[in-house]
Amino acid sequence: MADASLGLWTVPLAVFGGAIRVSTPFLFVSLGECITERSGRINLGLEGTLVMGAMSAYGISYLSGSPWLGVLAAGITGALFGALHAGICSLPRVNDIAVGIALMLLGTGLAFFLGKPLIEPTAARLPAIDFGWWSDIPQVRAALRINVLFLIGVAIAPLLYWAFRTTRWGLLIRTAGESADAARAMGHSVLLIRLRATMVGGFLAGIGGSFLSLFYPGSWNEGLSSGQGITAVALVIFARWDPMLCLWASLAFGGAAALGPALQSVGVTSGYHLFNAAPYILTLAIMIITCSPKRTLTGAPAELSITR
Amino acid sequence: MTTEAAESVEAAGVAPAADPGFLQRYGASIEYILIPGAALVGALAVFGGFIALYGKNPLDLYFYMYYGAFGTWFSWQNTLTRAAPLILTALCTALPAQLGMVIIGGEGALLIGALSATSAALALQGAAPIVVQIAMVIAGMIGGGLWITLSGGLRQYRGVNETISSLLLVYIALAILNHLVEGPMRDPASLNKPSTREIGATNMIGSIPGTDVHWGLVFGLVAAVAAYVLIYHTTFGFAARVAGGNIRAAKIVGLSVGKLILTVCFLAGSSAGLAGMIEVAAVQGRTNANLAAGYGFTGILVAFLARQNPLAIIPVAILLGGISASGGLLQRRLGLPDASVLVLQGIIFVFVLASDALYGRIGFLKGKT
Repeated sequence: MADASLGLWTVPLAVFGGAIRVSTPFLFVSLGECITERSGRINLGLEGTLVMGAMSAYGISYLSGSPWLGVLAAGITGALFGALHAGICSLPRVNDIAVGIALMLLGTGLAFFLGKPLIEPTAARLPAIDFGWWSDIPQVRAALRINVLFLIGVAIAPLLYWAFRTTRWGLLIRTAGESADAARAMGHSVLLIRLRATMVGGFLAGIGGSFLSLFYPGSWNEGLSSGQGITAVALVIFARWDPMLCLWASLAFGGAAALGPALQSVGVTSGYHLFNAAPYILTLAIMIITCSPKRTLTGAPAELSITR
Repeated sequence: MTTEAAESVEAAGVAPAADPGFLQRYGASIEYILIPGAALVGALAVFGGFIALYGKNPLDLYFYMYYGAFGTWFSWQNTLTRAAPLILTALCTALPAQLGMVIIGGEGALLIGALSATSAALALQGAAPIVVQIAMVIAGMIGGGLWITLSGGLRQYRGVNETISSLLLVYIALAILNHLVEGPMRDPASLNKPSTREIGATNMIGSIPGTDVHWGLVFGLVAAVAAYVLIYHTTFGFAARVAGGNIRAAKIVGLSVGKLILTVCFLAGSSAGLAGMIEVAAVQGRTNANLAAGYGFTGILVAFLARQNPLAIIPVAILLGGISASGGLLQRRLGLPDASVLVLQGIIFVFVLASDALYGRIGFLKGKT
């Protein structure tokens, strides 16, 4: 009954629900990368961190029975990868973009290697909160089953926005990103600030990965992440390094990524793969519209190698 | 095998020490072999430790890696077959690197090249094989070339970062390939593995006589040498290196940087597109998802390990081809997951980049200033 009455409304509803579900990894990775890039360094390796996070979260959740321990393990794994990135980048004449590519390959390879025995077993998954209890329509209830991690991510965005503006830490990170010399003159170690910023960024990206394996799609396999990490890095650029814009952009991305499955659910199957590529096409399109060869982007940290 | 190589280099570096001028004169060139060699040895040692933690004997690992890569004629042929696409995809990163660009989308150009080459072959069914093959080469090169030119053009005219755009284009290329292979171009007879129709046995490019290594290796060698000549022995290459070194200086002396970027990106992409054409015309015989085997990504590592030098890409591609050729043996004999090759490649990549810090800092190689 309810099915029939919804009709084509199923699609926007599924896109809405999907936006919330699918956007969570984008949100965590982009917020993490936002912190790292504000400190003047770019970490392209978050794609690998995301996959490593997904694998370790699934493994720990399976072994311990507690999905929250899995989330913590994913965060710690991510922070370790961040430390590795920052450690290599602090050597003289090492290019941070190249190190990111290397860690992307290493993280994916390591996750596939260690995750081989995890493809079969089922791990405890993260719980969801039912915000749709008031509705009788199953699609509405499904769309409003929201994971706690999403709410945490939504809370982190304004917190980060506030922290960048008003706290001592936020100011230090921004100083390191705008002018390493100024930070040095103030008596702070730029390398240490960037190490911490990259580790926090990796921590958040790892948690984003745990969402993939522990909630949606909710299993571990080698095709789990296909470019969400790198899309999120691109997303930070057109969000102008602003955490609140990262939040809105992540939601838009989640919606775009949910379009393919949503159309498939109402029987539109042709062009399924093309709809699945929607987030990448959207990223590219937005980058084309918002970038300009004439000037550096507003809000770009001056020390960032990618915008110079 | 790499240990021996590094030792012999060290021996070469130590033996003529009686002549004090030797090290000073050739120190810089020795560095280019010694430092990546040491990075390789370090990476192999760390990977051995990792495997030991996994409960396997690292010495077995090294033996099987050597045996699976270079131990027999059979493994040599396997290695060289894999080296062919790696040379070509590495050029896709190394050529734009001369301009200071980091392009990592070789995999996408490979897939588009394969699709274009297959389409050309299917459109020309019935023509003489040599005509079909030439059409495939041209179509593959143009397809891949335009794909990377897209990244270059976005960088030049819209200021879009080429590293990110080229990687996004990989995923878009994969979606296009899956869409065409499962939809408009699907061979109805391919049930389990959606594929295009076959290009036909007579149109395959075949093997070099006396071996099982296909002609793609020759394509790769020719392309690498041509790229070397282009970069180091032509005005065009000189202009590209000037622009890569100092873009402002290049503009002041009147170089047309935009044209340089587009041309180099087209050449880079056409090289990866050629790799795709070879995989279709010498290995798969059709286009399907098997083509996304990661040659494009390993090619990035090859280019960085070869320090973006087209001639150095040849031995490095053979080395990396050997590592991936030994993957099967590691799986069968040691029970290691197939991803162990990816792990080793990642570790090598990290070591090679970290070793960049060593140039000009090795005491006994320093010239008097």
